[in-house]
Amino acid sequence: MDKKLEPIVKIIQEKFGAGLEEFRDEVHLSVKAGQIVEALTIMRDEFHFELLSALTAVDYWPQANPRFHVIYQLTSLEKNLSAQIRVSLNGSSPKVGTVAGVYASANWRERELLDMFGIEIEGHPDPRRILMPEDHEGHPLRKDYPLGYEEPQFTFNFDEIDLRKPYAKE
Amino acid sequence: MAQIEEVSLDKFKHLVSERALTGETMLLNMGPQHPSTHGVLRLLLELDGEVIVNCIPDIGFLHTGVEKNMEAKTYQKAEVMTDRLDYMNTMGNNLAYVMAVEKLVDLDVPARAQALRVILTELQRIASHLVWLGTSGLDLAAMSMFLYCFREREQILDILELVSGQRMMTTYFRPGGVWRDVPVEFEKAVRDFIKIFPKRIDEYETLLTKNPLFIDRMVDIGYLSKETALSYGVTGPTLRASGVDWDLRKARPYCGYEQYDFHVPVLAEGDTYARYLVRIEELRESLKIVEQALNKLPLGPVRSDNRKFVPPPRSEIGVSMEALIHHFKLWTEGFPAPKASIYSAVESPRGELGLFIEGDGGPKPLRMHLRTPSFDNLGVLPEIVKGHLVADLDAILASIDIVLGDIDR
Amino acid sequence: MGVEQKLGNMGVVTTTLETVVNWTRTNSMWPMLFGLACCAIEMMSAQASNYDMSRFGMELMRASPRQSDLMIVAGRVSKKMGPVLRRLYDQMPEPKWVISMGDCASCGGVFNNYAIYQGVDEVVPVDVYVAGCPPRPEALIHGVLTVYEKVKGEKFRDLAKG
Repeated sequence: MDKKLEPIVKIIQEKFGAGLEEFRDEVHLSVKAGQIVEALTIMRDEFHFELLSALTAVDYWPQANPRFHVIYQLTSLEKNLSAQIRVSLNGSSPKVGTVAGVYASANWRERELLDMFGIEIEGHPDPRRILMPEDHEGHPLRKDYPLGYEEPQFTFNFDEIDLRKPYAKE
Repeated sequence: MAQIEEVSLDKFKHLVSERALTGETMLLNMGPQHPSTHGVLRLLLELDGEVIVNCIPDIGFLHTGVEKNMEAKTYQKAEVMTDRLDYMNTMGNNLAYVMAVEKLVDLDVPARAQALRVILTELQRIASHLVWLGTSGLDLAAMSMFLYCFREREQILDILELVSGQRMMTTYFRPGGVWRDVPVEFEKAVRDFIKIFPKRIDEYETLLTKNPLFIDRMVDIGYLSKETALSYGVTGPTLRASGVDWDLRKARPYCGYEQYDFHVPVLAEGDTYARYLVRIEELRESLKIVEQALNKLPLGPVRSDNRKFVPPPRSEIGVSMEALIHHFKLWTEGFPAPKASIYSAVESPRGELGLFIEGDGGPKPLRMHLRTPSFDNLGVLPEIVKGHLVADLDAILASIDIVLGDIDR
Repeated sequence: MGVEQKLGNMGVVTTTLETVVNWTRTNSMWPMLFGLACCAIEMMSAQASNYDMSRFGMELMRASPRQSDLMIVAGRVSKKMGPVLRRLYDQMPEPKWVISMGDCASCGGVFNNYAIYQGVDEVVPVDVYVAGCPPRPEALIHGVLTVYEKVKGEKFRDLAKG
């Protein structure tokens, strides 16, 4: 761990009872879902993490509790540091508070979580789907959502698949 | 097939001003098929006469499901997907991906491969900026820019084809090195380019930089402040034109960028013209890096000899049983990665291109997320177009240099 | 080879109306300025200095579907884009042709998943498929010339039948 990061990690651990994991010099802190807005506000205002580099989620299906981890990757330009904060959510009703008030870029990233993982974002200013069509059913990046693989046509099965293909009319 | 749904105002009520509800301002749809949106981007504009009151981007028209598809492939096979994301910057995407995988499995890369990676990514950066320059010139009715820029771009694509066999979708970098060593003609091709390109940049500048029409369209248009940019996660040249000196090549050097002497252009103005100047300057700096890297290109292997992750050379397979086994195992099963997650980022022509990979102990990733720079850069558009004319939207949109494949993934 | 050679001394050339109409169609075909993904960049290359598609009467790309005869579907078609693409096709005046440029548009390419149409022929009828990921500008030009061949062979009686 970077020397400059140690005091920050310590404060976050004390204040939120955060868990700590390290891997290849990266720091992963985990806090509870209710604490995330406060934790990010502190990271931004007190420790100069100005940039929310990435906001995404991981689906651990079929594991039910916790099923999702929401990941907030933060970067400090001033001190040249990175830190990751994780929040774990259960599978039955995944819900996390919005951080769009802390980082404006979270607005679209959280819409992506809503669209792709079906994670409910509480208090989001614009909770619409972002990438998929509005009427799409299901959340594609969930592990129980099928890839949608279609069998490729080879010589032996060309005709058989060709019959099934919904060709467009003039 | 689904039908196009009619847009009702109810859905956008919280995003437009109250004047739109009374019909005082007009809602105008721009895209997804529009010549100046640089791809399939749809913008819903609320207009007061010619002036933009609100802009609501609608993305996803090129959503490709890359992340889900990469999760269904092994680490080696998933690389082809990265080429097709930001199709102006294929080498850079490959670099971001292989560096992330190398970090996840802790794999070293020989010095020659590192230097080749630097040369090719910088050439690709030049090619990407050339497309930007050509198309943004086209948007502002400077048609000749497009023809000139594509002339030089072809020369770079020829070099890429020389090393990888493909003009655009190269997949040349592989985890642990590069696909194969460059052919002997490579050095001459790059030197030729280095020789002519500075003159060509001067030519572009003669056409645009002091052109009064161009300046009228660019200066003081689309002002982006430092604070807004950071809050919206804007990175790359767009951020540097707003006065923030942040370039991952300098801040967190990778691939031996610390050995090369170059400076990162930063301007404080934050308008469309500043973004143009920063990118023009980056063309020159990238060329400097290419030249230095080529001058001290070390000899030696171009692939790691860690056989657990890198397939053995073809010549070895015929004579060594172990090599054959490794080859077979690697291409049928792939290599396992630890059950942990990493985030690794590189500086693409558009900003911070990051990969978040979480392995599950097997040969396929549990989660692969691409932090693409254009996504966040586009997010700031509604902020910076407010109060400008519709015609200025073209200039602003061109200046933040978005690629729709990069946004929608 | 100009028309002068055929005119002879008489100043008259005889041919069928069909041939003339088809000949004019091939020499002033206006493609729609419409790119989706990676292939659109190669389509731009084909228009730009080195390849210069205007040699084949195609220097004019129209941004409006109402003014174009040829739709080049350059890139992958997502589920969200499909209906839009169909509407653009429907807005083009007859006669119209479609080139499916690249693997993604032709058969889904490497993206065999939930988001992409496995071939744009599920959305609009396609005349010529161009292979490659992305196809080189030469390949696209060959595709265009293949459309020309098809146009030259068109008969009025087939058009009348609908």
